[in-house]
Amino acid sequence: MSAVLETRALCKSFGALTVADQIEFRLEEGARHALIGPNGAGKTTFINMLTGRLAPTSGSVVLGGEDITRLAQAARVKRGLGRTFQINTLFRDLTVLDNVGLGIAERLGVAGRMWRPASAYRSVRNEAMALLESLGIAADAAARVVDLPYGKQRLVEIAIALGLRPKVLLLDEPAAGVPKVESERILEVLDRLPAEIAILIIEHDMDLVFRFAKRITVLVQGQVLVEGTPDEIAADRRVHEVYLGEGHA
Amino acid sequence: MFEPASIGYSGSARLRPVEALPWVLAVLVYFFAPNYLALGAYVVIIILFALSLDLILGYGGIVTLGHSAYFGFGAYAAGVFAVRVTGDPLLGLAVAAVAAGLLGLATGAVILRTHGLALLMLTLAITSIVFEVANKWTDVTGGADGLHSVPIQPILGLFRFDMFGKTAFLYCLIVLAAGWWLVRTIVHSPFGVSLAGTRENDVRMHAIGAPVYRRRLQAYTISAMLAGIAGGLLTQTTQFVGLSVLGFERSGELLVMLVLGGVRRIYGAFVGPLVFIVAQDYLAKQSPEYWTLGIGVLLIFIVMFARGGLLGLLDRARAKLKGPGR
Amino acid sequence: MEAFLASLVSIAFHGLAYGMILYAISVGLSVTMGLMGFVNLAHGVFAMAGGYLMITAMTKLGMAWLPALVLACIVVALGSMVLERLLYSRLYTAGELEQVLFTIGLIFVAVAVARLAYGPLPLAAPLPEFMKGQTELLGRSFPSYRVVVIVSSAVLIAVLWIGLERTRWGAMVRAAVDNRAMAQSVGINTVRLFTFTFALGSGLAALGGALGADLIAMTPTYPFEQLVYFLIVVSIGGLGTLRGPFLGALLIGIGDTACKYWVPQFGAFFVYAATMAILLYRPQGLLGKKT
Repeated sequence: MSAVLETRALCKSFGALTVADQIEFRLEEGARHALIGPNGAGKTTFINMLTGRLAPTSGSVVLGGEDITRLAQAARVKRGLGRTFQINTLFRDLTVLDNVGLGIAERLGVAGRMWRPASAYRSVRNEAMALLESLGIAADAAARVVDLPYGKQRLVEIAIALGLRPKVLLLDEPAAGVPKVESERILEVLDRLPAEIAILIIEHDMDLVFRFAKRITVLVQGQVLVEGTPDEIAADRRVHEVYLGEGHA
Repeated sequence: MFEPASIGYSGSARLRPVEALPWVLAVLVYFFAPNYLALGAYVVIIILFALSLDLILGYGGIVTLGHSAYFGFGAYAAGVFAVRVTGDPLLGLAVAAVAAGLLGLATGAVILRTHGLALLMLTLAITSIVFEVANKWTDVTGGADGLHSVPIQPILGLFRFDMFGKTAFLYCLIVLAAGWWLVRTIVHSPFGVSLAGTRENDVRMHAIGAPVYRRRLQAYTISAMLAGIAGGLLTQTTQFVGLSVLGFERSGELLVMLVLGGVRRIYGAFVGPLVFIVAQDYLAKQSPEYWTLGIGVLLIFIVMFARGGLLGLLDRARAKLKGPGR
Repeated sequence: MEAFLASLVSIAFHGLAYGMILYAISVGLSVTMGLMGFVNLAHGVFAMAGGYLMITAMTKLGMAWLPALVLACIVVALGSMVLERLLYSRLYTAGELEQVLFTIGLIFVAVAVARLAYGPLPLAAPLPEFMKGQTELLGRSFPSYRVVVIVSSAVLIAVLWIGLERTRWGAMVRAAVDNRAMAQSVGINTVRLFTFTFALGSGLAALGGALGADLIAMTPTYPFEQLVYFLIVVSIGGLGTLRGPFLGALLIGIGDTACKYWVPQFGAFFVYAATMAILLYRPQGLLGKKT
């Protein structure tokens, strides 16, 4: 199987502090891959380097065979890399439909058009509505994001990323901060994500990880401790040591 | 008119009947209040100026204290052009638009790489620089005295600027209508939604692949161009341009007017200047100090209690009248 | 050559005096902006108040120069505390636009009050005898007034810098500037810290305004006219530091004096151009921290 996203010897240091140390990582096509590790292990830093928010000190990021280490965020998005944020990063004063529509319009190349009203671009609206329906939040399309409960906002967060039709989707703690009663919905959504998208998920919730992931990478203090199938990871003694006491979010 | 423009992919760009109000009012003033046409022209010009600011401030979220730079640059460009080349008003307006637009593009390219205090500071620095240049380059700008008796020819060779101000008023009104149409169209377009996105969440915009810098720069340039047109109109209708078109006080005053009417509403830019200038015309003559005091207190009041300005208050009143659970 | 050197010394001297005053006024602004993240465009109001109050104390109450100065600073500091508790503190979490609007409103109010109380024309500060005339220093004579300005500002700066490094207050300010949330969670009462620091900054501004009343004239439009300079000093120096605005003030003070002397036809142009250049190269200021 070909790797759709790879890192080679990826390193990041802030002065004397090393937050990423020679990370070798492969994400396969159609992957359901989880990245776990204790707090401060460098998971979000890793994601930020994948998306281009943070530049690595050394090493490279390769997307679909192309070295994208020097590319800006927007260019990576255009090449099919999408992400969600650990804390909701939404357009608070805009409607749910517009939140999702913005990404779709960018992808379709119409987001910069000035001369016709946005409502005339039916394709954007229809695609956004379809996406919202598939996530079960079509009823909230006209609501302002800031008025929604946190769990629904989290779904909007995922919807925006899906609107970009990514080939690779990076989900940064999709269930974080969501009360247990609402997180079931998010799990369903994750289950039903298109099979052809390669998905990397950072999570602390071990239930979610073991339910969702087919492969797991464990990151500790910026280094990959071990990588394998859920069974292998569950049985690995080193992982147990690292997670002593930790297990559920 | 009383609700924020319904932008977005599910919004509606259709004209609502209430949006005809400002134009009806203008026509009424033209026919029934001929003594106020000079003041009316000034109000119309400032409305255009306020619309240009609302585009980048209200919709784009770029806080600037330096917008007078483009207004003033356009005003001087029109004045110098009329004095040195020809007094044709439409050509002069085109020159003002291009000059201010270019200045907006050049300065915007540079300052939009920053944000927050640095950006605010740079906008102040730019308007201060333009002021200094206008102040010192006496040969061209007339320095502290300004340019008097700027020649102005009939529009299209047909419509002379009469001494009652009728031509001037209609001229400004038509230009305002064009400017209004442009801003309204932009705000309702996909570009407008994108601009709102850059205002609401810069980080997210980058993460969806939007060219944030480019969009902001486009909006900034268009805004500068409109401000410059407004400035040019002022020069042409008063046949004078002086340092008062520039500087922090001019920018600050415009900001007050826009906030008074209501930011990010298009029609806030109509209501604010109208109310402010009419009140100023009457009250400031009585006592300039108390006028300044009143404006200061009003501003503090708006920030504390009425962020949406006059139109925001109107919205709230309407909601109350409709009763709970509408 | 002699004349050139003489003019260099003169420029350095006058520039230094001007820079010191700019610093005294702006340092409070830098600290409060770095500490509270609040865009306080109205800072010049405190400087103006200091100057006007000192003049009133001397002319109407017959006080001597030094007591009048001290009284003015204390009154302004206390008044600013009231303002901070009543109004400013409500806007700490508000957006940038709200803060800008509020402080512009304050400027309008202050300008109107000043014009009503003191009239529209510049007001001269009566100087005490020892500050009039010339002082002999290193074989040259300098205006005594500016010597006093430089010396007293230097003392003030030393006290301030030691205070920030050595006192508990200083440690709290440095912590809160660095990371406000963290400071709160280790038990620093940020509310009291803000109020106290705000009062201190305003008092310093009043001191600068009063001390510098002969360098920067007292007029009702003072907060408008001088705002750009204070903001330039703070933004090119770097927010939240003491040394940043010092560097900024010296650069602007000496630079502006030099330009106005050698190329008066360009006026303040170079100051603004330099500001733009510096901010584009380092938006956080020369000594500021990268956000």
